[in-house]
Amino acid sequence: MPKVKVDGVEIEVPAGATVLQAAELAGKEIPRFCYHERLSIAGNCRMCLVEVKPGPPKPQASCALPAADGQEIRTDSEMVKKAREGVMEFLLINHPLDCPICDQGGECDLQDQSVAYGRGGSRYHENKRAVTEKYMGPLIKTQMTRCIHCTRCVRFSEEIAGVDEIGALYRGESMQITTYLEHAAKHEMSANVIDLCPVGALTSRPYAFEARPWELKKTLGIDVSDATGSNIRIDARGREVLRVLPRNNDDVNEEWLSDKARFQVDGLVKRRLDKPYLRRDGKLAPASWNEAFAAVATLNPGASIAAVAGDMVDCETMFAAKALVGTLGSTLLEGRQTGMDYDTSSLAGVNFNTTFAGIETADVILIVGSNVRWEAPVVNVRLRKAVKRGAKVFLVGPEWETTFGGEFLSEDLSVLGSLPQQVTEAFGAAKRPAMIVGGAALGRGGLEAALSLAGQFNLVRNLEDGSAWNGFNVLHMAASRMGGLMLGYAQKGGIADIAAAKPKVLLSLGADEVDYTRFADSMIVYIGHHGDKGAHAADVILPASAYTEKAGTYVNTEGRVQFSDKAVFAPGDAREDWTILRALADAFGVSVGFDSFDQLRAAMVAQVPALGVEGLADYGTALPSGGLSASGAIAYPIKDFYMTNPIARASATMQRCSAELLHGEEFAEAAE
Amino acid sequence: MALADKDRIFTNVYGFQPWNLKEAQARGAWDDTKALIARGRDAIIDEMKASGLRGRGGAGFPTGMKWSFMPKQPPLDQAGNPKPSFLVINADESEPGSCKDREIMRHDPHLLLEGALVAGFAMGARAAYIYIRGEYIREAETLFAARDEAYAAGLLGKNASGSGYDFDVFVHRGAGAYICGEETAMIESLEGKKGQPRLKPPFPAGAGLYGCPTTVNNVESIAVAPTILRRGAAWFSSFGRENNKGTKLFQISGHVNRPCVVEEEMSIPFSELIERHCGGIRGGRDNLLAVIPGGSSVPLVPASQIWDAPMDFDGLKAVGSGLGTAAVIVMDKSTDIVRAISRISYFYKHESCGQCTPCREGTGWMWRMMERLRTGDAAIEEIDMLQQVTKQVEGHTICALGDAAAWPIQGLIKHFRPELERRIEERLGGIAVAAE
Repeated sequence: MPKVKVDGVEIEVPAGATVLQAAELAGKEIPRFCYHERLSIAGNCRMCLVEVKPGPPKPQASCALPAADGQEIRTDSEMVKKAREGVMEFLLINHPLDCPICDQGGECDLQDQSVAYGRGGSRYHENKRAVTEKYMGPLIKTQMTRCIHCTRCVRFSEEIAGVDEIGALYRGESMQITTYLEHAAKHEMSANVIDLCPVGALTSRPYAFEARPWELKKTLGIDVSDATGSNIRIDARGREVLRVLPRNNDDVNEEWLSDKARFQVDGLVKRRLDKPYLRRDGKLAPASWNEAFAAVATLNPGASIAAVAGDMVDCETMFAAKALVGTLGSTLLEGRQTGMDYDTSSLAGVNFNTTFAGIETADVILIVGSNVRWEAPVVNVRLRKAVKRGAKVFLVGPEWETTFGGEFLSEDLSVLGSLPQQVTEAFGAAKRPAMIVGGAALGRGGLEAALSLAGQFNLVRNLEDGSAWNGFNVLHMAASRMGGLMLGYAQKGGIADIAAAKPKVLLSLGADEVDYTRFADSMIVYIGHHGDKGAHAADVILPASAYTEKAGTYVNTEGRVQFSDKAVFAPGDAREDWTILRALADAFGVSVGFDSFDQLRAAMVAQVPALGVEGLADYGTALPSGGLSASGAIAYPIKDFYMTNPIARASATMQRCSAELLHGEEFAEAAE
Repeated sequence: MALADKDRIFTNVYGFQPWNLKEAQARGAWDDTKALIARGRDAIIDEMKASGLRGRGGAGFPTGMKWSFMPKQPPLDQAGNPKPSFLVINADESEPGSCKDREIMRHDPHLLLEGALVAGFAMGARAAYIYIRGEYIREAETLFAARDEAYAAGLLGKNASGSGYDFDVFVHRGAGAYICGEETAMIESLEGKKGQPRLKPPFPAGAGLYGCPTTVNNVESIAVAPTILRRGAAWFSSFGRENNKGTKLFQISGHVNRPCVVEEEMSIPFSELIERHCGGIRGGRDNLLAVIPGGSSVPLVPASQIWDAPMDFDGLKAVGSGLGTAAVIVMDKSTDIVRAISRISYFYKHESCGQCTPCREGTGWMWRMMERLRTGDAAIEEIDMLQQVTKQVEGHTICALGDAAAWPIQGLIKHFRPELERRIEERLGGIAVAAE
């Protein structure tokens, strides 16, 4: 551990730290543009110059200089001040003075740092540079004249995303950042370059000219577009969510976010259910809340009631529905809408046990039936990291374009019964072996076959350093899945059991993927927020809240319990889901035992204590033995990354992404 | 005392004889290279150190010491296999005024190839890459042919020259970027990437080409090595002053009566170099205005200071300039000195790679100001501002191109400030008259 002196104060820094990190540890702010903790070091902006002794008599780029024992670092000397002023002046001479019309204004590194470290005025009287517009697709708006060539975007797409689609052309003053042949950036994490860009060169296209950052109310939330539970910040003004940004969480999404999670929010104001509807004479017609409740209550279903949970509902909603259904004497609960019926007796057997951070350290990974790029983009980033560290990856399923290489073994599940030699050898030699079972492999015995392989390869073990390792992982796609399973939303035979029970009333909690033709005789009560497939099939629609409009508990595919806050109010007559279910209990004339959200949460935690504690739920390490053989061609369930849920389907941005990026439609650029 | 013909290393620098292997061998190249190699790595490096040879590419770093930085035990890669080492020979001679490597490559390529083998062996390199400037088309053709001759004669390749050492030489043509003459940018370019200098550390001797230990040397530094080894360090170090030993190819261009490339001993006074080999200054000694003694990136030296200065690293440093590549650009009084420096500024603006801020933005700014100073379209205070801008670029960049862009302007302001002020005042005076 080297000891260095920063501005006269001696501190000890970890081995391998840079001078910049050492200065930060000493509490000194070092201005920077190109340096980013999660990207490689470029050292090209020259803003982080500091004076270091011993060393040449000129300022050094602190981001790239290793801290060494006995160094004297000065961040406050005249030389450093001059160097920062000089670099700042150079950055500004060709930067347009268009802050009043720039979307980065108010959250711009260049603005902030020029105030803190720049000169009072400009000495540059020549003409400024202008750069022709570049096209980077429907999500990223460019204004390349503002670019300061920090190359963060280039390094992100190369290193994190694993897609070489952004680079620099020409040299010197004429250097320009662009996508390859000005094609749209097609990666599903592409919009992260917007956050990375320290200036207004890359900004959000859907959010262009919408708001200033100081107008926005910021709420901490959890994303529901996939099962990773990415941590997000919901920025809203008035009643409208204007944008979603990722939050830092090293355990979950680091600081990245998938494009869908980021940009589906414009779907929150489209196709919304904002008043109750009743089916009269075969047609849905607007109704009052009382009429709607009365229509359900008069049917008097008794115990002949069931609840199906959708992919995006929170645990509180599921618990409220469970309480209502239970009070009426039924146990018909299911969350696996598409008919899967894998064994859920041990939650460890259907959980991502290694954790996202842990999978980075795996040395051999077998992925069965998962297009990870589409099903969990932030996990795909981790897999790429693992491969960079030397992990071998084998995949079972139809080929998709991985960003980390890997060997595709077969499209058929039956290969699990007779794995090729190189796979068994790799697993035999592996110290930290892991397996990821995706949604496409959960049915047809895939899970059981995978579990028996887990036993055979000894995926649950103690590592040499004594820590425990569980290499068996199931990668779900629904944000509600693990929470639902913890709350008992699983029948032995899956949704077929519920169809066979022929319930008089089927409560559909935002369930849009269910085949409702199997429930033709039931009254379908749809409690959800978008007029999508579920609402079309419903007999009664009770308008509810989307994930930004209610507080809730979510459990991601790792079994990580996370809490989300309410950012805005639901539109029109829509209510929070739990209040609807509570009112429905009154309509049925039964008591569910809670009258407030706090009471509901307390009751839920009393029943499932793990839901009350933020962090990983403990499912134990014992895996079921599995054993049945699996066969059948794998077909990935996601056919269109941008259209996987009702919010995304309602979102104009996601529709355009789907049309342009996946289906190759050309869009004319509006002349500017 | 001028360099005697018997002491010349480059005996065919004017191309009076053919370059081919047979003739080159007759001149002494490839003469028992096996014996040179048999001396062993350490002996070769010690001999080079003792010779006092300093790198001929411009920076003047002692060559023997540079070779000794290469690891004796190859580092291991991720899988535990030893990494190879490489020698990269910088033949991307793009410095305005420089034309020595070109003469070596087209008239004496075998000196370079033999040097590559000896130097490569001394540093434990697996192969040498000769990165030749894209514009040197005929030179590249010669080099390719010479390399093929050497391979056919068994001098390179497996068991090179019968030494038992396997050594390959690859010739790689650049695409015309000045910055690829910077050692780490050259490595990037060889790897197929955009030619942009890397951050140091790590230095190439630790992680260079493809992450392997690499040494980058100038053509001249490599080409003189076999002769130094044959004739001994004492012979080589008998030329020149202390710390500036040896012989050197000087390239004199500009306003002299006979511009030429000539091998001379280091520390020869400027006056002797010009009078003996170039037929003197055009129009006589009194017509000399200034000299850029080391290629476009070093500051100019006015006539009064250069005349008696010894042409070596320390002698030119003492007059505020540098030896660089010994590309001596002579300017007589017919020169528009401001325009000359402005043109050099344009060159650096054009050749800046654009990676780091001060150079990318500063070179353009400096050139634009120089253009205004050329016509006097500026204020007196702007001269000081320009000086400050050059100081803001110098020493703040990843590679030395920023310094190279700043120094010529600093030299101009230091020595020719009255000329700059005269132009401004003349223009202002003209405007004042017109306004009346």
